[in-house]
Amino acid sequence: MKKLKYALFTGCTAKQSTPEQMMSTLAVARKLNIELIELTEASCCGASHLQDYDDFLSLVLNARNIAYAEKHELTMVTICNTCQLNTAMTKHRLDKNPELKAKVNEKLAEVGLEYKGTSNVIHFLYAIIDDFGLDKIKELVVKPLSQFNIAPFYGCHNIRPSELHDESHKQKENPYNPTSLDDLIIACGGKNVDYEEKNKCCGFHVELQAPHTAAVLTGTAIAGATDQNADMMVTPCPLCHLKLDTQTKSASEAIGREVSLPVLHMQQMVGLALGCTPAELGLKHHVTEVNFI
Amino acid sequence: MSTNSITTQKVNFKVFRFNADEDYLPYYENYTMDITSEEVVLDVLNRIKWDHDGSFSYRRSCRHGICGACAIKVNGRSTLACKESMTTMIEYFGNEITLEPLSTKRAVKDMIIDKADFWDKHASVTPYLVADIDECPSCENLVSPHDAEELNEADLCIQCGACHYACPVVEINSDFFGPAAFVAAYRFESDVRDSDGNRLINVNEEKQGVWDCAKCFECAEVCPKDINPIDKITKLHQMAFKKGVAKNNVATRHAVGFLHSIKKHGMLDEGGLVLYSEGAHIVKHIPVALQMFKKGKIVMPWNMPKSDKLDEIQKLIKSSSTVKF
Ligand code: SF4
Ligand code: SF4
Ligand code: SF4
Ligand code: FES
Repeated sequence: MKKLKYALFTGCTAKQSTPEQMMSTLAVARKLNIELIELTEASCCGASHLQDYDDFLSLVLNARNIAYAEKHELTMVTICNTCQLNTAMTKHRLDKNPELKAKVNEKLAEVGLEYKGTSNVIHFLYAIIDDFGLDKIKELVVKPLSQFNIAPFYGCHNIRPSELHDESHKQKENPYNPTSLDDLIIACGGKNVDYEEKNKCCGFHVELQAPHTAAVLTGTAIAGATDQNADMMVTPCPLCHLKLDTQTKSASEAIGREVSLPVLHMQQMVGLALGCTPAELGLKHHVTEVNFI
Repeated sequence: MSTNSITTQKVNFKVFRFNADEDYLPYYENYTMDITSEEVVLDVLNRIKWDHDGSFSYRRSCRHGICGACAIKVNGRSTLACKESMTTMIEYFGNEITLEPLSTKRAVKDMIIDKADFWDKHASVTPYLVADIDECPSCENLVSPHDAEELNEADLCIQCGACHYACPVVEINSDFFGPAAFVAAYRFESDVRDSDGNRLINVNEEKQGVWDCAKCFECAEVCPKDINPIDKITKLHQMAFKKGVAKNNVATRHAVGFLHSIKKHGMLDEGGLVLYSEGAHIVKHIPVALQMFKKGKIVMPWNMPKSDKLDEIQKLIKSSSTVKF
């Protein structure tokens, strides 16, 4: 197989509150012999909030990020669901609307850049599933996670709006019955747990303005996984991870029941199965301890 | 379509049954039927009533996706029964199909729910044109095609409630107006003839308003008219800033805070954003922040990473900003 190579848009959390997500992404890429060129010039994507304030500015900044991937002539991979949403949504809107694209490019020209629309934007989860291949991952598994029940938590912005998902990625994902993360758990030798909240919202984006709503959503998700006998949860989204890993106290209070489960980043789960060490995967950076390894 | 392309398959239905007048608790009835590739969900409801149990109750009227009466939940997904084909449902969920009302806790009889909360919220957003229009005009009140486009199809809403009862926030925060009410608010707020001064303020209030939306995109996914309610919610946010009615509160500071942070670092300064948004209320985040700090999850201000070519980002912010707060 030709070596896979992508432009990596890290997003902001990977550099701050979820260092383990960055570490495990790089560790998995090494194991799979995937080359990642980090887009160090990229700015924050606005995390679905900047556009509430200034839509045009948000488009310009996201188009600039994509323009850097285009310069490398590479597909951009994201490692955060919300980065994926914002970036792919920008691409969708500019590609569909030549007038808007021209306006954005007028601004980008001031710094010598151009958004062409030549680079695709995909989440790393789908890069390893669709491009690298589940079968090949399976072949490389050295420490199957066979003793674990693992609950997939998909995170909204990878699966909704499904139209955006389906136009960015090779394979469709059914937003009401998503399967990619389940398939990945199985490929890693684990037992995938089916539960109602797997495709629901964690509440991250209303954490500050509506803490109760956010806490109930987080609590319900962890409780749902617990009730189906999950030993741990796994998610492709660092924002979901922050919510599920660090906010268990408020979540428990909000739903009136003590809930807490170890939560792995999708990359950490794959890394463990491929034989990476806990240190390489940054397992010590979790608030809810990952103590079963 | 030629008739020989019609296929048939067996489907097991688990159907929610409840009569508020007689039953203490709801129960599920099972029916197995041969479903053809041409049937829509409403055909199944009709067949249950006609072939199995005449007392089975559901709402429908137009059968053309116009009246908005027939929305129910299929395997938990809000669905307009007369529009959604069974083939798609089987593709989504396989041959075990559960039919429930939009909201089981509001069930009155079988698929029929009490939609009072939906209509109350709809009524709260002034869902009509407030305008000083001459009752006997000498010529028509013309709206240019360009201005009409501003409605972004919000006028196509049929008030089916599919989005409202798919919204997780509606279930948790009973004050939250919900996606359909916001669509209605946007429909009139974006109408050039409208001159209401309170609607936008009203839908920007905390708890009930647009800032409490969790951005989960459930509403966009379910809407049978492709209205994309969260897109309208985003536009209401933007209007609040543009028209100067955005209040200085944690939600608006959170949105604006991104700009400040990007200007300074290119990246988001997570701690700085929370501090800027919360102000003195930052103290409530300290216990979690301490735990995170112990685990190496908090970057100190002097170590904040910066994007390369920050000057480019700053230049673009200067030239491309369209809003002031
Ligand atoms: S699940 Fe949570 S963090 Fe993930 S995309 Fe939805 S709101 Fe955002
Ligand atoms: S995006 Fe907002 S309004 Fe729409 S369903 Fe989610 S929380 Fe409700
Ligand atoms: S926005 Fe769509 S889903 Fe919501 S009530 Fe209107 S038509 Fe129904
Ligand atoms: S019966 Fe009128 S919308 Fe379905």
